[in-house]
Amino acid sequence: MAGATPDSASAETTYRSARVPLLLPTWLVIGVFLILPVALMAVYSFLTKEMRGGVIWEFSLAAYDQFFINRGLFGDEPPTLEWTYLTVFGRSILQAAIATVLCLLIGFPTAWFIATRPPETRGVWLFLITVPYWVNLLIRTVSLRFLIRENGPLNDALLGAGVISQPLALINTDFAVQLGLFYSYLPFMVLPIYAAVERYNFAWSEAAADLYASRWVTLREIVLPIVKPGIIAGCLLVFIPSLGAFLAPNLLGGAKNFMIGSLIEEQFKKSLGNWPFGAAVSMILMSLVLILLMLYARSAARQETR
Amino acid sequence: MALRSVRHYPGFFGIALMCLTVLYAPLIVVMVYSFNDSPSITNWGGVSLRWYFDVFTGPEAPRFKAAAWNSLSIAFLAATIATCIATAAALAMLRAGKFKGRSLTFAMINLPLMVPEIVIAVATLIFFTMIGFTTGYLTILVAHITFCIPFAYLPIAARLQGIDGSYEAAARDLYATRAQSFFLVLLPLMAPGVVSGYLLAFIISLDDFIITNFVKGAGMETLPTAIFGSVKQGIKPNIMAISTLMLAVSFLFVTLSYLINRRGR
Amino acid sequence: MTCAVDIRTVTKTYGTFTALHGVSLSIRDNEFFTLLGPSGCGKTTLLRMMAGFEDVTKGEILLFGQNIASLEPNHRPVNTVFQQYALFPHMSVIDNVGFGLKMKGWSKEKRRTRAGEMLEMVHLTDFADRLPAQLSGGQQQRVALARALAPQPKVLLLDEPLSALDLKLRQAMRMELKQLQEDTGITFIFVTHDQEEALTMSNRIAVMSAGHIQQIGSPQDIYESPLNRFVADFIGDTNLLQVEVAAISGDQAQVILPGGQRVACSTATTEKGTHHLSIRPERVTLVPIGSGLQAVVEQVIYLGTDLQVLVRLDGGTAMQVRIQNAARTEVPSPGTRVGLQLEEGAARLLAD
Repeated sequence: MAGATPDSASAETTYRSARVPLLLPTWLVIGVFLILPVALMAVYSFLTKEMRGGVIWEFSLAAYDQFFINRGLFGDEPPTLEWTYLTVFGRSILQAAIATVLCLLIGFPTAWFIATRPPETRGVWLFLITVPYWVNLLIRTVSLRFLIRENGPLNDALLGAGVISQPLALINTDFAVQLGLFYSYLPFMVLPIYAAVERYNFAWSEAAADLYASRWVTLREIVLPIVKPGIIAGCLLVFIPSLGAFLAPNLLGGAKNFMIGSLIEEQFKKSLGNWPFGAAVSMILMSLVLILLMLYARSAARQETR
Repeated sequence: MALRSVRHYPGFFGIALMCLTVLYAPLIVVMVYSFNDSPSITNWGGVSLRWYFDVFTGPEAPRFKAAAWNSLSIAFLAATIATCIATAAALAMLRAGKFKGRSLTFAMINLPLMVPEIVIAVATLIFFTMIGFTTGYLTILVAHITFCIPFAYLPIAARLQGIDGSYEAAARDLYATRAQSFFLVLLPLMAPGVVSGYLLAFIISLDDFIITNFVKGAGMETLPTAIFGSVKQGIKPNIMAISTLMLAVSFLFVTLSYLINRRGR
Repeated sequence: MTCAVDIRTVTKTYGTFTALHGVSLSIRDNEFFTLLGPSGCGKTTLLRMMAGFEDVTKGEILLFGQNIASLEPNHRPVNTVFQQYALFPHMSVIDNVGFGLKMKGWSKEKRRTRAGEMLEMVHLTDFADRLPAQLSGGQQQRVALARALAPQPKVLLLDEPLSALDLKLRQAMRMELKQLQEDTGITFIFVTHDQEEALTMSNRIAVMSAGHIQQIGSPQDIYESPLNRFVADFIGDTNLLQVEVAAISGDQAQVILPGGQRVACSTATTEKGTHHLSIRPERVTLVPIGSGLQAVVEQVIYLGTDLQVLVRLDGGTAMQVRIQNAARTEVPSPGTRVGLQLEEGAARLLAD
């Protein structure tokens, strides 16, 4: 595209000399209101918590210590690994993973189906899939809660149809949270897979069938390896937000489903909170996410050079 | 027996339908129950608009009105400012050739999308506290502008990318200054992308909960935070009415954005 | 001779559009059979129906006597070489070639051995571990061929496999394919729009147009004895003149050209009335005026190996004549009156 004709090539650099004033607002806003705060948050995680909820500007590893190490109730026992918070992280990772798998199992067939529709109907299907995404996540989560609670419409319908004899206790379970995460991020799984399948050449499937492969073997041997980049992108786009999700565990899960998002939120409730600790947990979460993103970037780069 | 094409997989259509059902069921249920005449959310008492009236005139109405005003005005301001910043950025990224710091800038623009929302929320709160800025309307606005930028940027950049440089070259050739060629030639061509970006930013701002909840301070509410606070006390029918209203607004905006994109093509 | 593929009044419709109108043909075992026609004539549709990628709306397709129209493609002992090769991009060349064998349950060693043999046959042994993207178009084409032949199909379908190659490569591959068919004895069903390809490679050709089969025959039959205007014009160059039939007896006829001159010719029809006459331009000799058909030279076009002489017959009809550009050739100048001598087999009365 660049340099298609001498004319358009020169248009590509029209604003070159104005690039600094054009980008200054972006640099300022994101630099001051995103990058700086994150840096300050990093600093905060190394500060000491004050009794009444503020902070003392004194370097301390107390927040990270609290996260990883157990020194007993009064802090005087020999240090052992602190499992409480690691368990929260572990649980979040597990929930996010299950939600991702759910999204994959439902999202892949859906994406494939949409991508194999005739071009006219394809747009309509895509539109239908993405519209719920544009509804406020809070409202979507609230609607889900309304639907699946014990005396909610779902149970009413199931009871009425005679499928069950007692209402299902779906709220405040792991499943409810997974369902909530699935519901929140499904379009993020469908769209990248759809894009990958759209680029897929069905002649490959025909060649496989021509060479005696059944449909499902073709799916396993030919389709999935080729569509893999889209699948991985979709999984990341679901897994990462699910890790730090707050609304689904808060509104759909109970005390047993405490996740990273809730752990962090709790630290910032006025005088009860521990801001350095909250900052530390956020740092740990962010590091986890950045590592995942870097791994992804590296494997994507390796795909390019293959 | 008809042969099935290689595109066909048995069961995929069923799963796709199920997917749509799962996506829409909760929303449809809420919409239906928002017209429920009974004050109890479990029983159906007939069709009525009473909860919509309650939203606007009932005991909680002042609170919701204030929250709605905050949400809408912040969304309007944030979307406008973010769109302007994003448009300028798109110009620099796509019409200034390669320059030092270009990839860094690109990373910066996408940064809000890559950092988990709750981390942004915490960081922003800590920032404002540290500099002693009282949390309230302005802090919400500033935070919203920041994370709206990438959302506005995406459609604008996509649109600008597809515009051939020869139009501007022609304008410059006919003695137009850069500003003239931008406002008279490029901007009209970019319009669908800009409008799309604006609508996207507006919705993102209107819908935001987590970041807003962290930086709003006491006494300030936006619609999402008001709804959340109310829900924590139990789902009441007027919540469903508000939800349906917000749903309708979202749907309207998405359809608008979709249609504008299609016409612009 | 056994019939390998028997197409019986096969019709294919897509909604209101009919791609094939009740076509029938019979392909023999160990034959190199070509479906020839312009794009849109239905040849690829017919091929895909044999492979199993398109449904048969009406009619039957028999493979060695067995009706396969309702069989899924992966249950037919027929393999295809695709137009754009469709090599699996994520598999090495040797894995591509061995894929069909893997699907049939062959052990890893047997697969490797056979795939190796196939690669040797197409002279690509050194490329066994490369990925398709690392190969040139011609090499990919040969891998596609090896892959389709590895499972020892009874019939090999080739969907315009040479169309993406450049001229020299195409010409070389034609000979290779022909040799391959003779060596393996497998029935090759070849689809192309290139009539030179069809003529050089095939035992028999089916000329198709707009969903109908126009004529089936050997290359000689098709060229020397076309049945109608489409076949006469599609294969090689020809002059088509509208004529009145004066007399027909057996396979010879006498026709009257516009302007009154008469020509004796072979005939594809037994009807009298108005028909078209096909005269092959290279079978006409220019002689001094007085004998043969009377005409005047209008233009001479230099083509390197030949000269194309555009003449106008007395009576108004335009014609082209091809003469070899040999050292002794006299080039007639525009305006000269000449005689056109038709050689044996130059003129043919067509059915339409």
